[in-house]
Amino acid sequence: MISSLNLQLLDLQFLADGILAGAMIGLGAIGVTLTYAILRFSNFAHGEFVSFGAYATLLGSSLLGAIAGGFTEPIGPFSFGWGVVLAGLVGMLLTGGLALALDLVLFRHLRHKAGSITVVIASFGASMALRSAIEFIFTSRPAYFSRELQIAMPLGLGVKITPDQLLLIVIAALLVTLMHLLLTRTRIGRSMRAVSENPALARVVGVDVASIVRVTWITGAALACAAGIMVGILVQIRPHMGFDLLLPFFAAAILGGIGSVPGALIGGLVVGIAEASAVQTIGAEWRGAIAFLILIAVLLVRPTGIFGKPA
Amino acid sequence: MTVDLLGQGLVAYGSFFLATALSYAIICLGLNLQWGQTGLFNVGVAGFVAIGAYASALVTTPATSAHLAGYGFPIPIGWLIAMVAAGTASAFVGAVTLRLRADYLAITTFGIAVTIHLVALNAQRLTGGPFGIGFIPRPFAELAETPLAFSLANLALIVGVLTIVYLGLERLARSPWGRVLRAIREEEAAAVSLGKNASLYRLQAFALGGAVMGLGGAIQAHFIGFIAPDNYQSSLTFQVWTMLIIGGSGNNRGAILGAVLIWGIWSVSGTGIAAIFPPEQQARAAALQIVAIGVLLSATLLFRPRGLIGELATVSRHIDGGAELEAERQASP
Repeated sequence: MISSLNLQLLDLQFLADGILAGAMIGLGAIGVTLTYAILRFSNFAHGEFVSFGAYATLLGSSLLGAIAGGFTEPIGPFSFGWGVVLAGLVGMLLTGGLALALDLVLFRHLRHKAGSITVVIASFGASMALRSAIEFIFTSRPAYFSRELQIAMPLGLGVKITPDQLLLIVIAALLVTLMHLLLTRTRIGRSMRAVSENPALARVVGVDVASIVRVTWITGAALACAAGIMVGILVQIRPHMGFDLLLPFFAAAILGGIGSVPGALIGGLVVGIAEASAVQTIGAEWRGAIAFLILIAVLLVRPTGIFGKPA
Repeated sequence: MTVDLLGQGLVAYGSFFLATALSYAIICLGLNLQWGQTGLFNVGVAGFVAIGAYASALVTTPATSAHLAGYGFPIPIGWLIAMVAAGTASAFVGAVTLRLRADYLAITTFGIAVTIHLVALNAQRLTGGPFGIGFIPRPFAELAETPLAFSLANLALIVGVLTIVYLGLERLARSPWGRVLRAIREEEAAAVSLGKNASLYRLQAFALGGAVMGLGGAIQAHFIGFIAPDNYQSSLTFQVWTMLIIGGSGNNRGAILGAVLIWGIWSVSGTGIAAIFPPEQQARAAALQIVAIGVLLSATLLFRPRGLIGELATVSRHIDGGAELEAERQASP
C-alpha cells in the first residue's frame, strides 16, 4: 500500500521537472520559430546564443562580485545575487549584439540569395566555430553562478520545487507573455507578422524590413540568453549546453507550428514533459532521443504543427 | 641505413595520411551526390558514417559477448552490409522529410545523427557502448608487422575503392538520371512539368549518397581497427561539409581535393598544437582548430561559393560547348 502510494507520488514530480525544462526549451524555440518565419532559415547557431548568454552573464556577475561583494549575496530564498540579475540584463543585450554581428558579417549576405539553403550551412559553421571559441576561452569544465544549496519545498501531491525553480517559471511565463503582447499588440509586432506573411508586400506598404530583421534577431537572442541563464542557475554552464538544446528547440518550434509564439511554448512544454517522463521510465541517458522521436512523429502526422498554417 | 629508415617512415606516414584523407574523400563523394548534385542538405553525415562503420564492424568481428552479432563475415561482405544499412537509414529519413520544406531535412538529419550517437553510446549490448568495438579485422592484417607495406597496401585498396566510387558517380552524374537531379535542383517546377517525379529522384539520390557515406565509414573502421561513439559527433559532419564546400560542391574531383586539403590542414595544425601546447592544454587548443575551420568555411561561402574547383556548366558528353559555357559563366558576375 505504502509503496504503491510512493510510486504515485513519484510520478508527479516529472511534471514539475518537465514544465521547468519545457519553459527553457520554449524560450529558445521562440527564437528559432521567429528566425524561421521572418528570416526564413533554420538557424543552427541559435543554441550558441544560449551558451554565449550564459557565459556573458557569468563573466558579468563575477566582475560585479569582484567590484562589490554585495552583488553575490543571495537574494532572499534564491541561490543567486543581484549580480546575476544585472549581468543577465546586460547579457541579453550582448547576445542580441552577437546575433546582429553574425547577421552583419555572415548571414545577411547569404540570406538575400533567393531560395538558397547556403545560409543554413553558414549557420552550422558559425555554430561550430562559436562553440569551440567558447570552449577555448572558458574550457569545457562546468561553471556555476552560485554554490548555494537550495532546499526543495513540498508543493503537495509529493511534488517538490526549489525557490529558484518557482521564480524561473514565473519569469519564463512573464517573458513569453511579453513576447506575445509585442507580436499581437504593437506596431512592431504587426510589422513582424506582415514580413513573415509576405516580405515583398510588407515592404510595399512601408514596413521597414531591415529594422524588423534587427528586432527579430535581438528578441530571439535575448530570449535564448534568458534560457541560458536559467539552465545555468538550475543545472550548470557548459560550452555545449546550447548545442544540446538545439534539437529540442527545433522539435518544439515545429510541433508548435513555425512562426507561432504560443506554439513554441506549448511545443517546448510537450518536449520538456516527454523528456522528463522518459528520464523517469527509460533512463536519463535516452533523454536526447525524445526530441527526435517527437520531431519524426510531427513530420509524419501533421508537418504544419499545432498552430501552423498549411504551406 | 638510418636515412633509409627515415625515408621509409616518411613514406609510411605519408601513405597512412593519404589513406585516411581518401577515406574522407569517399564520404565527401556521398555528400556531393546529396548536396552538390541534388541540393539536399544533410546535417547528419556523422550518423550515416556511424551506421556504416558499426554495421560492418558488427558483422565482421569474431563472435564476442561485448556486442551483438560478431559473425566473422569477410570484410567485403561487411562493406556491402554497411552500404545497405546506411542507405536504408537514409531512405527512411528521406521518405519522412523530402516532401516537406528543405530545412526539415536538415533538422531531421541533425536529429538522427544525435540519436545514432546516443544508440552507439547507450545500447551497450548492441554496440559495445562507450568502449566501442575493437578487433575489427583490418585488410592486409598479415602485413601489420611492417608498417610501410601495411600502409601502402591499404592505401592501394582505398584508392581502388575510391576510383570505383568516383567513376560510378561520374557516370551517374552524366547519365539522364544525373541530369534530372540537377534539373530538379535548379528548377523543380520545370522538371516536374516534364513528367519527372521529383520526390522519387531526390529519395534515390539521398539513399545512394547515404550508402556511399556508410561505405566510407566502414572503410575507416577497418583501416583503424577500432571504433567508438565519440568518433561520430557533429564535428565529423562539419569536417566533411567543409571539405566539400572548399573543394567545390557539385564537382566530384572538388570533393576529393577538398578532403585531402582539409585533412592536410587538420593534421598539420593538430601536430602543431601537440608541439606548442603542454599536454593538459591540448584539448583546449584543439578547439581553436575547429574555430579556424569554421571561419574558413564561412569565408568560402561568402567569397568563393564555388569552392576551389566548382561545378562544370555542362556534363553531357553530347555537348561540346562545356568549356566555353564555363568560361562565359566565370566571366559574368
